[in-house]
Amino acid sequence: MDIWVQLISALDSTLRLATPLILCAMAGLFSERSGIVDIGLEGKMLAGAFAAAATTAVTGSVWLGLITAMAVSIAMALLHGFACITHKGDQVVSGLAINILAAGLSVALGIAWFHRGGQTPALASEERFRPLSFPFSDVVADWPIIGTLYSDLLSGHNLLVYLAFLAVPLTYAMVYKTRFGLRLRAVGENPQAVDTAGISVAWLRYRAVIMAGLLCGLAGAYLSIALGAGFVRDMSAGKGYIALAALIFGKWRPVPAMFACLLFGFLEALSTRLQGVDLPIVGQIEVQFMQALPYVLTVILLAGFIGRAVAPKAIGVPYNKDRA
Amino acid sequence: MSRRAKLPIWADVALIPLINVTLAFLAAGVVVAMIGENPLDAVEVLVRGAFGYDEAVGYTLYYTTNFIFTGLAVAVAFHAGLFNIGGEGQAYIGGLGVGLVCLALDHLMPWWLLLPVAIGAGMLFGAAWAFIPGYLQAYRGSHVVITTIMFNFIASALMVYLLVNVLIKPGQMAPETRDIADGATLPMMHELFAGLGIKITQTPLNISLFVALLASFLVWVLIWRTRWGYAIRMIGHNESAAVYSGINPKRMVVVAMAISGSLAGLVAINEVMGAQQRIVLDFVAGSGFTGIAVALMGRNHPVGIILASLLFGALFQGGAELAFEFSSITRDLVVVIQGLVILFCGALAYMMRGPLERLFGLFERQSQGGN
Repeated sequence: MDIWVQLISALDSTLRLATPLILCAMAGLFSERSGIVDIGLEGKMLAGAFAAAATTAVTGSVWLGLITAMAVSIAMALLHGFACITHKGDQVVSGLAINILAAGLSVALGIAWFHRGGQTPALASEERFRPLSFPFSDVVADWPIIGTLYSDLLSGHNLLVYLAFLAVPLTYAMVYKTRFGLRLRAVGENPQAVDTAGISVAWLRYRAVIMAGLLCGLAGAYLSIALGAGFVRDMSAGKGYIALAALIFGKWRPVPAMFACLLFGFLEALSTRLQGVDLPIVGQIEVQFMQALPYVLTVILLAGFIGRAVAPKAIGVPYNKDRA
Repeated sequence: MSRRAKLPIWADVALIPLINVTLAFLAAGVVVAMIGENPLDAVEVLVRGAFGYDEAVGYTLYYTTNFIFTGLAVAVAFHAGLFNIGGEGQAYIGGLGVGLVCLALDHLMPWWLLLPVAIGAGMLFGAAWAFIPGYLQAYRGSHVVITTIMFNFIASALMVYLLVNVLIKPGQMAPETRDIADGATLPMMHELFAGLGIKITQTPLNISLFVALLASFLVWVLIWRTRWGYAIRMIGHNESAAVYSGINPKRMVVVAMAISGSLAGLVAINEVMGAQQRIVLDFVAGSGFTGIAVALMGRNHPVGIILASLLFGALFQGGAELAFEFSSITRDLVVVIQGLVILFCGALAYMMRGPLERLFGLFERQSQGGN
């Protein structure tokens, strides 16, 4: 029974930890399926986190915070688009610039505006997205197995967690079941063909990066005004890169990418729980090993040792109409 | 009106980069103004803080040393058409090589005997950490950008593990190795000057600055005067042409990455054998990423890289001074500037080309009309 409780609590934190990863992975999916490399997930999320916490601290409204986070993140995505789509700049360089800019600006502006060494003021509980209880969760709670599953695992998360899991089928539907999605995938594989069909490559890709900005903004808001209670310097802590790894791990597909996020989230949840615990056979597992595991797995996958991850064909190549 | 002229070489090599750097600093000025300070005052404090007195100059040059190494590392990869984001991890692992050699041999030999061994070890470890992504790109088709990003994180986890569990000096809390013995660390610049009878303030600046300058020269020789350099530039420019001229691009990708990583590994000479005199957590402190800005700004040429490193060294040292003078500006502003430089000199490098071509076209037509 104790193991069951432990497992439920580990899975519970897996959901929490996977939420920003899923949002960012879906963001990266839109961008990369359109042919735009997005290593700027990290920066957009961080900027979103800062914008959300700063706005909520000043206005007291989580909704304004959420909207500002999305707006700021979209603005950074548009900058990425301006550099890579309009001016055909290097997509990796541009993404890196966005990450570094966000890391610098969030702290520089935070110190100037709030004078707390880069943190934003701590938010009271009504200034955050609070846990939502599912109907009847307190009634069902005492039932064996189903009770813990329903009341402890599924119920009791904040809105953005559910939104993240909703984003997966929505992304799937948009990418695979709509005309926009068909064109999006086409522009990432063969932009010439899309252009010949009389559809604007640039506008399609701009829409894709805007979607990426919106989702990263949600992920940022989740970090600072749902999971946390305010902005802390570098609070994204490499999650954007893990999400990128998960996207590749899921071979640029929504549902597999979500499972990769859950796997990486589970590893993170385990790493804190297994600290100093002696396991049978393997003994103690080092925290650092668990932390490095997502990256190691992604490298091995990319090298083609477990399955094959094939990127969209036109990824990273600016589209040049004249030379088509 | 919209006729475009071909840009003269000087405009391409000097004018466009200059415009881009200017734009980056103008944007930084806007950020300072947003914060509510006067940008010109900030520049004055920055310059004074970076060059105003001998201690400041010492720190500026100490930072410069790191950036030269990482800038060269990024540049060599760029010449081969590869983007090495992994300088951070390669320098960190290079520190493991330098540190292990120094800790093993520091009681056996003086610094001048140890230095070549340590350089070899740092370069070897750095090269190994870049070799794997290079090999995977060349032979297994995984992209070097993604792999080097992953390797940065893996390096960081590995070093934390080693410092906390293996290399830590027994009986202390901080995850650091023991100090390298006195005679085995690099001479500090203030000690050298004291030997010459000139007294300067103590700073972490040490003789690895000369190693950095030597490395810059050797990189110039490598890229523009050797067979390997030619092959590296060729696969960067036109891979299929390289194949027809008998170059094996896969092999050269691996070679270029290994050289790139070995240069990043040299950061550890400055930090581990010089400034810190032991392996500490996170001694690379972002130099690997600054190297990207430096290489972009210095147009991948060693002379440009030295100048850009000096500028960033000044920004890092002067940036520390900003925090004393202004209550609302800290060194994080330098990170912003770094991001802006990468944005304007890297991602938006072609932005000014179109307008400039039109401008030159306008002049051309006018002078033709005059005749």
